[in-house]
This record gives sequence, structure tokens and C-alpha cells, in this order.
Amino acid sequence: MSAATRRALAGAAAALALAFAATATAQQSAVQRGDAKFQHSCAPCHAAGVGDDGRAMLPGTDALRIKYKGAVPPVPPLLEERTDLTAPVIKVFVRHGSFSMPPFRPTELTDAEIADIAAYIADKVKRAAAVSKAK
Amino acid sequence: MAVLPPGVSAETFAAAIKEFEAAVGKEWVFTSDEDLAPYRDHFSYIKNQPNELVPSAAVGPDSTEQVQAIVRAANKHKIPLYAISTGKNFAYGGPSPNVRGSVTVDLKRMNRVLEVNDKRYYAVVEPGVSYIDLYRHIQDHGLKVWVDTPDPGWGSPIGNALDHGIGYTMGFYRDHFGAHYGMEVVLPSGEIMRTGMGALPNSKSWHEYKHGFGPDPAGLFGQGNFGIVTKMGFRLMPQPEHWRTGAVMVPKRQDLIPLVDTVNYLTDLSIIGEPWYGNGVAPLMGNTEFRDAAMGFNETAMDAQAAAAKVHSWQVELQFYGSERTTLSNWEYAKELMARAIPSARFMDGESFKVPLTREQISKSTTPYRSNMRRNITQGVPGLGIWWMPSRSDQNPNAWDETHIGLFSLIGRSGEAIFQAQKDFASVSKKLGMPSAFPNAIQTPVNWYQYAFIMGNGFGLGRGDTSPEGKKAAAAKLREVLAENAKLGYGDYRAPPMLQDDVADQYSYNNHALRRFNETLKDAIDPNGIIMPGRAGVWPAAYRSMRGSLR
Repeated sequence: MSAATRRALAGAAAALALAFAATATAQQSAVQRGDAKFQHSCAPCHAAGVGDDGRAMLPGTDALRIKYKGAVPPVPPLLEERTDLTAPVIKVFVRHGSFSMPPFRPTELTDAEIADIAAYIADKVKRAAAVSKAK
Repeated sequence: MAVLPPGVSAETFAAAIKEFEAAVGKEWVFTSDEDLAPYRDHFSYIKNQPNELVPSAAVGPDSTEQVQAIVRAANKHKIPLYAISTGKNFAYGGPSPNVRGSVTVDLKRMNRVLEVNDKRYYAVVEPGVSYIDLYRHIQDHGLKVWVDTPDPGWGSPIGNALDHGIGYTMGFYRDHFGAHYGMEVVLPSGEIMRTGMGALPNSKSWHEYKHGFGPDPAGLFGQGNFGIVTKMGFRLMPQPEHWRTGAVMVPKRQDLIPLVDTVNYLTDLSIIGEPWYGNGVAPLMGNTEFRDAAMGFNETAMDAQAAAAKVHSWQVELQFYGSERTTLSNWEYAKELMARAIPSARFMDGESFKVPLTREQISKSTTPYRSNMRRNITQGVPGLGIWWMPSRSDQNPNAWDETHIGLFSLIGRSGEAIFQAQKDFASVSKKLGMPSAFPNAIQTPVNWYQYAFIMGNGFGLGRGDTSPEGKKAAAAKLREVLAENAKLGYGDYRAPPMLQDDVADQYSYNNHALRRFNETLKDAIDPNGIIMPGRAGVWPAAYRSMRGSLR
């Protein structure tokens, strides 16, 4: 292998490493952006914690608890614990609403932001699974 | 679902869309069914019907200049516009326009909190800022002011105020339009106007003196269609140090009269925040004898049965904002006044908390009496907890309020007025053949507005017959209720587009002098009638033939 080839390969490897790092950073920021957007737009109805007026859960969480009661396999009422919420799935619910949840407009949640939310939920589920496995 | 604005050709519409795209960028002009789906009223009783109030397109400007460009293009092509702030006006039409085929001007992207001043107690915001956004901004910056939030809190201070929405803290702040100080508006010509001191270039007090000089047109933009509001200032309540509650219970039905008189006195001296009226006899409605007495307005029988069951006829929960000492002193004073007016009144101390309340204190009521008070909103904390109301519940696991309409009549602020309204609403209900235990003699009013009571007088639409025919029949019945109420001197304060002509019809003094005045102005200010034609029953000449056609 000539010195020029070695240099070229080393250069290519460095470029590849940089590309991986850039992908990781982009992925990380999608998760962070998704986290912020989830807390802003979804959490007021779909987070954990108690609801108003003595209710045990927030309205979205409670509605999903009722909807999926007895489902096999079980479906958790918290969106942040769901494994099936890909961007296309979230988009259907966001743009059309479901039961008492009204739809959200593209000025409120863009398609890119919906993808960020999907990335955030997937990441959260993955982390929770890793913690659970470690135990 | 492609629709066009009325009387506009496909070619003209396409030309207008091109100009909108030039104004805001192609990515913020929406015309596809999928993108426009969320611009429909999710709770409409004519959803999926041929007359559903859907837009032809939506445009999302990011600045006042872009709003100006949109309005100018619309004027050129005679396209009706319908402006929304956060579009959450559910029960009152959501984001849907008055005219099918309007272009929705979606102001959500204009979401900047421009100023919050916690020394002079005001905020200035753009239309896309929600109550939750403003609250978070205040918290993030450690500012010592409260927002007065409606529930739920996803709506915007501007949109809510412009639809005459309300809140739950001290009287002045609860009237959201009344608490606005200064606005910026894009007029139908595309020009920018500022109201109050904002009309003075380099004004130092735009959000501290609302009248400016001369006639103040600000009121025209509340439930109005004279321009698109792009900025508004609001007075904010200083964060108090302490919050205290207490309840007053009175045994007899007639005790309501001095009870209301005393509460009014305390309210108008700014001693108490919103009073929450309730009754102790609701559980007796399961008893046929009491129910018959309540539906037949038999006071003697109601009092006798309340006494036998050892329950009070009425209660009011009072809340005090101030220091620990002043709130205690004011509660003692309230009890003294009540005891003077109603010697048989009983009192119970409620909560006493340092402000801000902890999450635990906000979410867990420890009042020693049955409290109706909803704590987040009395603390100016916006949220969506209230959305349990139209949602699934364990009692109705497969049902939700498919049709969600708010209709509330204004009534005078006295016990006598409450009694009269109860009887009037019950007689209307009976006359129209609506067999229901509601309205009746135990119905309580709300005191959202400081100087008037508001009472619901409709009936459940959402969980009855939800077929298109069933919904249509129920809506027709609602129209009859509105007309009958008007004959008795009751008018509603707010309505969804489908019912706005009917509510506007209630306000018919002197052959609709008010409406004629507004429409004269409308034709002068907006000759092409492009800004929200039909809103609140004000129809410009170009669309006037549509009055009453929304069914």
C-alpha cells in the first residue's frame, strides 16, 4: 500500500468518523427538540401525574387508560411508554384528532417536529428498557 | 374537499394563493385536505355535512408585515379571510370560519412574548402566544405576576380576549377584553393602526392608559370583523403573598338574596376574588319528593326537606388574595357582614396557603366542605386538566362530546334575578318540550364577569342522538331556546359561528339599531367585506344575503 493510498484511506476513515459523529449529533438534537416539543404540546394532556378536580390522571392519559383497558398485549396509557408511535402514526392522530382530542395544525406542529417527537419517544422507551435490563 | 370562497373563480383563487405564497413562503400556505383537516371545527354539529364551515386554504404569517401583505392580496382578489390566534376556541367554533371557503389567517407562528413588566404589571404579546406559553415565560424569568387564565390554557390571551373570554382571579382581570390595554391592528386596507396611547408616536404609556384621546374603537375588534389584531397589551395581577378560602352556608332558599347582596359588596370593594356559588341540596335531587319540589319551585317544601336532611340550601366559597394577615382579616370581615345579613349563616374555614402553592397544594383539595372551586385557575396556572369534561370517562368509556357548544345567558347580579332566570329557563324548556330536570330551582349562576351572572340554559347535545339528523334537530331546538330567551330579556355572550346570527338576533333593540350601526361602519371600513364576514352577525354588503343562511 502506497503512502498516498494510506493517506487517502486515513482521510476516508476520518471523514466516515465525522459523518457518524454528525449523525449522532443530529439524532441527539432531534431527541432534545422532540423532548421540548412534547413537553410543550403533548404533556399538558398526556403526561404522568394527577389531573384537575381530584382526577387521578391527566385527561389524555386517562382517556387512553380507558380506551386500552384489557388490551392484549397491554398498551400503556402514557405516550412516553409506547413502542408503536412512529412519526406516521403520530401524524394521523395529530392532524385528525381522536375522540375529544382535537387536531393540531402544521403551524403548531410541523411534520419535522412530529418526527422529532417520535424520535424522543423512541429514545425514552429505549433508555427505559436499558435501565430495566440493567436491573 | 376542495372548496372555493363564494363567488371566486378557480383562476382568481389560484392567483391569490400565489400572492399569499409570495407573502409568507410556499411552505406556510396550506391547501391540501390533510393540511386543512385541523382547520375544521372538531366539535361541529355539521361535521362532514355539505354546509360544514371549512376553509379553502390557510396562510401562516410570521409578522405584521406579512399579515398586511395577505390582507392586501385578499382585497385585490376579494377573498374572505378568517383570522385565528391559537385556534382553540372550542365550544365556540374552534378555528372554523363564518363563511365556508374563507382563507384562514393562522397567526400561531406569531408567538412572541414581547414584554412582561412586573413593576408596572402588564404584558404585551402576539396572537400565537398561549396562556401556557405566557405562564412559562413568567416562570422561566422569575417574574412576580400572574396570568388570569381561562380553562383550558391552550388558547391565547389575544384570541380569548377578542372573543370576550373570562378567567377566575380578581374581578378586573377576569374580564379579559376589559383588562386589555392597547392593541395593534391591521385594518382591511392593510394599514396598521394602534389604539389608545399607541396612536401617539413614541408613547411611553401604551399599556397603562387605554383611552388615548377621542373615540376609542378598540371595542370594535372584540367579537368583531374590522381588522386583524397583531399585538395586545394586558394588565397582569401582581403575585399575591397569600391565598385563603372560606365557605358560607345558608339554610333557606330565600337566603340567597342577602347572600348575593353581601358577596357583591365584598366583590366590588375588591376584597374577594371570584366567588363560587353552589348548593347543598343537589344530592336530594335523587329523592322524588325533593326533585318534584325543585322542578315545581315549591320553596316551602324545598326548605322543609333541606332542613330534614340537615343540608344547607346555598353556599358560596370566597377567596382572598393578599398577605396572611390581610386575608384573615378580610375573611373575618366577610363573616361579620354575612352574620349581620343572615343570622343563620354558618361558616367554615377553607384553605390558607403561602403563594405560590406547591404542586401538592394545587392538586389536592383539603377543604373541610364540598368544594366546587378549581384550584389551578384560581392560582392563574393554565393547563388542560379541564379537558376531562368532554372526554371519555369510566361512566362513558366509548363516548365523548362530539358536539361541544357553549351557550350562556347573562342575568342580573342578584338573588331575585337568579330566581327569575331559573323559572324563565324552566318555562322555556317546558314550552319547547324538552323534558329535563334542568333548569330547576337549585341551579346556581357563575360570576365569571364581576358585574353580571351567567347561567347555562341549554341542554346536552353531544351524547344524545349523534346522527347528523339528531344533531341538526338538537341545534334547531337550541335556536328556539335562544329566541325564547330573548323574548324574556336574556341574551348570550358568545356563540359558535353557526349560531352567531341567532344570538345577534337577540340584540334587536330599535329595529337592530346596533347591528345597522356596525354594518354601516363595516361597509365603510371594509368595502370588499374581506375580514371575517358574518362574525357576530355583522355582515358586509358583499355577503349580507348570507345572513341567517348558516343552518
